[in-house]
Parts: sequence; C-alpha cells; structure tokens
Amino acid sequence: MTTDQNILVKLNDAGLQLNDKWLVKGVSLQVEKGKIVTLIGPNGSGKSTTAKIALGIYKKIDGSVEKYTHKVGYVPQKISIDWTLPLRVNDFMVLTESLNKETIDEALSLTGVIHLKDKNLGDLSGGEFQRVLLARAISKKPDLLVLDEPVQGVDFTGEIALYELIKKISDELNCGILLISHDLHTVMSATDHVVCLNGHVCCSGSPMDVAKNNEYKALFGEQASQILSRYEHKHDHIHTDEGEIKKN
Amino acid sequence: MFDDFFIRALVAGIGVAFVTGPLGCFVIWRRLSYFGDTLAHSALLGVTLAFTMEFNIALSVFIISSLIALILIQLQKKTNLPGDALLGLLAHSSLAVGLVVIGFLTFIRFDIMGLLFGDILAVSVDDLLIIWIGGALILLTLKFIWKPLFASTVNYELAEAEGLNPDRAKAIFTILMAAIIAISIKMVGLLLITGMLIIPAAMARNLSSSPQSMVIYSIIGGLLSVIIGLFTSLEFNTSSGPSIITAALLLFILSLFKIKQSIKLKN
Repeated sequence: MTTDQNILVKLNDAGLQLNDKWLVKGVSLQVEKGKIVTLIGPNGSGKSTTAKIALGIYKKIDGSVEKYTHKVGYVPQKISIDWTLPLRVNDFMVLTESLNKETIDEALSLTGVIHLKDKNLGDLSGGEFQRVLLARAISKKPDLLVLDEPVQGVDFTGEIALYELIKKISDELNCGILLISHDLHTVMSATDHVVCLNGHVCCSGSPMDVAKNNEYKALFGEQASQILSRYEHKHDHIHTDEGEIKKN
Repeated sequence: MFDDFFIRALVAGIGVAFVTGPLGCFVIWRRLSYFGDTLAHSALLGVTLAFTMEFNIALSVFIISSLIALILIQLQKKTNLPGDALLGLLAHSSLAVGLVVIGFLTFIRFDIMGLLFGDILAVSVDDLLIIWIGGALILLTLKFIWKPLFASTVNYELAEAEGLNPDRAKAIFTILMAAIIAISIKMVGLLLITGMLIIPAAMARNLSSSPQSMVIYSIIGGLLSVIIGLFTSLEFNTSSGPSIITAALLLFILSLFKIKQSIKLKN
C-alpha cells in the first residue's frame, strides 16, 4: 500500500502542445520515495518532455503536475554550456546548492571523477562530463532524481557501475528516481515501474507486465520483449533465511 | 594636492568600478552587451526628461532605461523580429528622440559631449552619494540573486528544475542594469558605459579560471582603468569617459599576453 506521503511527483493526464503539435499527451504517472520509474520509448516519443513536465520546466501544460518536494536533482539529456564561462568541475558542483568540500568529494568519488575536480568543465570528455553531471545531481541528496539518459557516452564498464550506483542511491537516500533510458537490459533489472511512451502512454506497469504487452512488442519488437522477460528468471527462486536457494 | 573636483571624480569612478566589475561579468556570460548599449542609448532621453522637468538625472535615467527594457520584453513577445533588430530599433530611436528633444530645449545650455562621453567636472557631492549608496544597493541585490542568476546563466533548465526561480533573477538583473547605467552616466558618458561593463570583464576572462576570480579581476581591472584614465584625463585635458575606456583597453591588451602563455602551457 502506498500512502500519499510517499508520492514525490504526480502527473495527472499531463501533456504539452507546441505550435499545434502534441509533443506528448495524456501522461499519468507518479514517482514515489525509494522507487525507480523508467520511461522508455522510441526517439521523439516524448520521454524528455515528460521529464521536463514533471520537473516544472514547462509552464503551459495540459493536465496538472503535483510536486511534493523542492529537493530535486536533474541530469538533462542535452546540456549546452557556454564554454566562454570559466567554470571548473568544483564550481559546477555548487551551481544550485552550496555544499561543503566533503560532500562534493564524496559525490565525485562515487561517480569516479574526483581527479577532475579542478579541471575546466570545457576540457572534459563526453563520458567524464556525464559522470560530473550525475555527481552534481546526487551530491545535494535530493528527494527526487530525474535522470535523462544519464550514462550516454560512458564506457561500457562504467555504464554498468553507474546504473548500480543509481540503484544504490535510490536505496540509500530513499529517493524517487525518474529515469529515461534506451538500454533495456541494464535498466529493467532495477526498475520498479516502467512507462512506455509513444506520444502517449502506450503501456505501463512492472517490467514484466510491460514486456508481455502487445503494444510494447509492436513498438520495440519481439526481441525487446525477450530482453525483459529474461529478468523474470531472476525471480524464479527465493532465498531462504539459511542462505539456500529454493525453486518457486 | 589635487582639486576637489578631481578627488570627487576619483571617488565616483572607484564606486562605479566596484559595481561594473561583477555586472560586466554577467553581461559577457549572458551575451548582453548590445542590450546594455540599448539601455545606455535610451539614457539620453532620461537626461533630457530630467532637464525639462527639473528632476534628478540618475533617477530619471533609471526610470527611462527600465521602461525601455520593459518595452523590449513586450516587443519580443508580440513581434517576430529577431532580438538584435529590436535592440537596434530601440537603441537608435531613443537616442534620436533624445537628441531631437534637446534641439527643442534651446533655453538650456547642454554639454552634449559631456553627456555622450562623460565629464568629471560635472560630478557633484550629491552624485557621489547616489553612486555609493546606489552602488551598494546594486551589489547587495546582485549578491542576493547570484545563485539563481549564475545557475540559469550556466543552464536555464537546471536552475528551473531545481527550484531556483531563474525568471525572477533575470528580471531583477535587468533592473540592476538600468540602475548601473543611471549611476555611471556622468562618469563615463552614455556611449561608453557598455565599454566600462565589458572591457574589464573581458580582460578578467583572460586571466581567470573560475567565476569568482573573474569577478575579482574584473573589479581590479575597472579600478585600474578609472584611476589611470582619470589621471590621464587631468594631465591631457581629455574627456573622462574615453580616457577610462582607453586605459581599460590597454589592460585588456596586456591580458592577452597572459592567455597566450597559458595556452602554450596547455599544449
């Protein structure tokens, strides 16, 4: 049972129209404390738009957004920073909130970029910058994390480590996470709730429910469905108190 | 040792430099130099208004510049013209209207050169009070909106998403721009105020690696420009504004040597 106090942000039939074209329409979802909600869908299906609606970046929306927290960490999909600005990683970390040195160092260490602390932001590689973005978002210990493709450009081993980190943060801070990702493999194992978008919510539910859904299969193909169901096997056994593995 | 007017000009200029330093950094970061120019051009209209209605010049300039900023925002919303065209339209038409109004005011002796390029002889004790009290208020306000303003300068959506209210910070910053133009018009003159904002900050960019150090270098650059410029102005009887800006330009050129060195080091 979910009590209302656990809800961090809630979209009620939300949508956004731009120049008479719907970017996304009729989205209802909620993010709760300690839960990871993942948005999936093809390019242009309105994932980032939905995230921005949830964040309150768009003002003139259809439907409504209820936001119950101000402690938000955001990793945008695209970030254009004017490199004429003299900005070191350290300056970027305290962009929206003042943090002490220990907090900054801890977050940078977690994402593996502590050695870049005094480097100019413009001198980082794409993957390094992505790690800094994630470090900044988690450093303020937010209630709600919105991560729009947080591991793009990160090397393969780093990608897995960062997803594990995201899962760990969700557990430790008990924060809610709204995640956008293309990587069905990595994401599904950690996600509590999946929302499949294609201009509207085409299906949503637990990863398993979504995998079985016909609309999802039509959108992503049969193979993607198998990816999801593979994770079901993880749950075909239970761990007993004695540490034994028992088949269901 | 020095005449009173010179000491007054020096104190006034130092006050102005403390404020243009940090504001100038934001003008560069937010690419607002043409916007600053437009506000400064419209200041002429404010000055003429002050003379016709026997009103305080700084206050009148502040009101007209804020008004022009408001009109600009409205025009941006209601027309399809690009921003720089609207800025040009407002800058030159308000300058032209100001000059036409001056033509009608034959009963007042106008020092147009002083208005356009600054006149240290014109700085009174009242002006000093306006500069230092107004300047302190501007700096305090800037300190108050620093976080949201800076965050939204780096990335608007991040600032908005994380609850910093960047729109309010931007509106307040626009008012601060009108205010700095109002208090520095007598010193630097309306054609060169933007130079006082941009050139020390540009010099500072060449020397700094963090936003804070850029603000500090920008203030130091402004102070040096004012001091060197005013002494030159006294010595060679040149207008105060151009002398200050020329000094700032020399400092900027010097700063280029530093940036060349650091680029060499990088490679």
